Amino acid sequence: MSTQQHSGVPQPRGRMGRLSAWLDQPKVLAWLMLGPAVLYVIAFVGFPFLLAIALSMSDATIGDPSLDKFVGLANFSAVMQTDAFQLALRNSLIVTAGTLALVLVLATLASELLVHSFRGKRLFQMIFILPWALPVSLTAIVWMWFLDSTFSPVDWVLVQLNLLGPGSVWGPFNHLYFLGREWLGLASVIVTDTWRMLPLATIIVLAGRMSIPEERFEQARIDGAGVFRILFRITLPALKPMLIVAILFTGLLVIGEMSLVQLLTRGGPGHSTQVLPYWAYLKGIQGGSLAQGAAITLFLFPFLLVASVLALRAAYRSQEA
Amino acid sequence: MLRKIGFYCGIGFLTLFSIVPLLWALVTVFKRDSDMYSVGTVPFFYNEPPTLDHLIFLFTESNFGLFVQNSAIVGIFVVLITMVLSIPAAFSLARLTGSWGERSGMAIFLVYLIPPSLLFIPMYQIVVWLGVANTIWSLVIVLPTITVPFCTWLLLGFFRSVPRSLDEAAMLDGCGQFTTFYRVLLPQVWPGIGACAVFAFSLSLGNYIYAATFITRSAARTISAGVPTELIRGDVFFWPELMAATLVVAIPLAVVYGLFFNYLVGGFRNAT
Repeated sequence: MSTQQHSGVPQPRGRMGRLSAWLDQPKVLAWLMLGPAVLYVIAFVGFPFLLAIALSMSDATIGDPSLDKFVGLANFSAVMQTDAFQLALRNSLIVTAGTLALVLVLATLASELLVHSFRGKRLFQMIFILPWALPVSLTAIVWMWFLDSTFSPVDWVLVQLNLLGPGSVWGPFNHLYFLGREWLGLASVIVTDTWRMLPLATIIVLAGRMSIPEERFEQARIDGAGVFRILFRITLPALKPMLIVAILFTGLLVIGEMSLVQLLTRGGPGHSTQVLPYWAYLKGIQGGSLAQGAAITLFLFPFLLVASVLALRAAYRSQEA
Repeated sequence: MLRKIGFYCGIGFLTLFSIVPLLWALVTVFKRDSDMYSVGTVPFFYNEPPTLDHLIFLFTESNFGLFVQNSAIVGIFVVLITMVLSIPAAFSLARLTGSWGERSGMAIFLVYLIPPSLLFIPMYQIVVWLGVANTIWSLVIVLPTITVPFCTWLLLGFFRSVPRSLDEAAMLDGCGQFTTFYRVLLPQVWPGIGACAVFAFSLSLGNYIYAATFITRSAARTISAGVPTELIRGDVFFWPELMAATLVVAIPLAVVYGLFFNYLVGGFRNAT
C-alpha cells in the first residue's frame, strides 16, 4: 500500500499516465465504452432500416437495385390492394394473438409450478426447455412430420378413439390434413409457435413470479383466500410488468418469423395461411421486387412501435407503483 | 393432497406437451422406410427391427457435419462480438452516463423492435457490398444486430442491481473508473454474462431468415437453413434423417440450457 492510494485519486505519471487518466474520466470513458456498440447498431440496424424505407419508395428490383427513381407511397398502395397481402396481414395478426393467448396462460401455469421445488426438477427443466433448443426451422420440420397428411400419429390416435374415420364425428376420412386446410393450418401454426415460445415466456414470467415475496401468499392463505382468488388478486397484478415483457418478446419473435409458415403450409392453400414476413420474402427475394418486399415488411412497423412504447411505459409504471 | 395431485397433473401435462412431438421424432429415426410408410400398423412400435442406417446416412452422405461446424463457428463468434460490444455498453449506461443512461432501457428495446423480417432485404444488399455473401462471415457480421441490443438490455439490469456503495468503496481505495468496472463490477455480474452468452448463442443458432437469404452454397450453410434444404429435395422428405438432425442438435443443447435454467431466469429478474 503506497501513500498515494490513501490520499484518494493517484496522480498520473508521464505521458501514458496522463493519457490513461484522461481516458478514465467518466465522460470520456462513457463514450469509449458505449461507442463501439452504438456505432455497430447505427451501421447495421440504423442504416439498413433507412435503406428499407428508401427501397420501399423506389422501384428497385434484384436485377436493378439502384434507388434512382422515387415513387412515393405507390408500392404501399399497390401491395395493400392485393388479396395475398390482406390475407397475410389477417393471418399474421391471428397467429400472433392466438399464440400470445396460449403462451400467457401456459407460462403463468408453468411459472406457478416451477417456483416450487420438487423431485426431478432438473430433469423437468431440461425437458421443458427442449423446444427452445431447436432452431425454428427444425421445429417446423418436427411438427410437419407430427402433423403429416398420411402418417400423423395424431390422426392414428383419433381414429383408434373413433373420433375420426368412417361414421365418426369428424368425418369419413382417416386424416384431418392439418396443414392443407385454412383454419386447421392456422391452428397448427399457432400450436407450433406456442410450443417453441413457451420456454422463453416461462423464463420471463418465472423471473417476475420469484420476485413476489412469499409472505403475501401466506397472508392471503391465512385470510382464507382460495387458489383462484390468490391468482387474480395477488399473482397476476404483481406479474403484470413481466407479463408485458413476455408479450413483447413473444409477440415480436412470432410476428417476424417466416420459416414456420414457409415449411408447414407454404402459405397455402392459395394464400389462405400466408403471413407477412413470408409474403415479403416471396415478393422481395424470390420474386425480385425489392421495393414491394420492403413495403410489405415496413407496413407493420408504425403499429408495432406505438404498441411497444405504450406497453413498455405501462410495464415501467406498474413496476414503480 | 388435492393440491399435490393438481401440481403433478400440471407437471405431467407440460412434460408431455414439450416432449411428445420429439418422442415421435425419436421413434422415427430408427425406423426402416418400409415400416415407416406402412399403413395399418401401430405407428409407435417397431414392426420391423430398428436400424441405424438413417443416422449413418446423416453423418456420412449429407453435409450435416459441415452445418454443425458452421453453426458452431458462427455461434461462438457472435457470442464473442456480442460480449465485447454489450458488456462495456451496459456498464457505461448503468454507471457513467448519468440520468439519461438510467432511462435508456426503453430506447434499447426499440432497437430490438426492428426485427430481421424488416431488415433482411436491405441487409442482403449490404452483405453483397461487403463481399461476404455466401460465406458464414455474413452471419457473423449481421447476427449481432439481434443479440447486442438484447444482451445490453439484460446486462444493464445486472449492473444496476450491484449496489453503488461497492463502486464508491473501490473509488475511495483509489481505483479509477475502469479498474472499478474491471475488478469490482465485472465479477459481480458473471452469472448475467453467462445467461447472456446462452441467449446470444441460441438466438444466433435459431435465426433462419438471414441464414436462408445470405447463403445459397450448401457447404457454407448453417443448421437452421441447411437441414431443410439438404434433406428436403423437392417433394421427397428424408424424414428419419430430418428427425435425427433435429435430435442431435436439440438434446445436448437442452441439457446445457436446462443446467443454466436458473441463471436464465435470473437474467430477467433485473431486466425491466
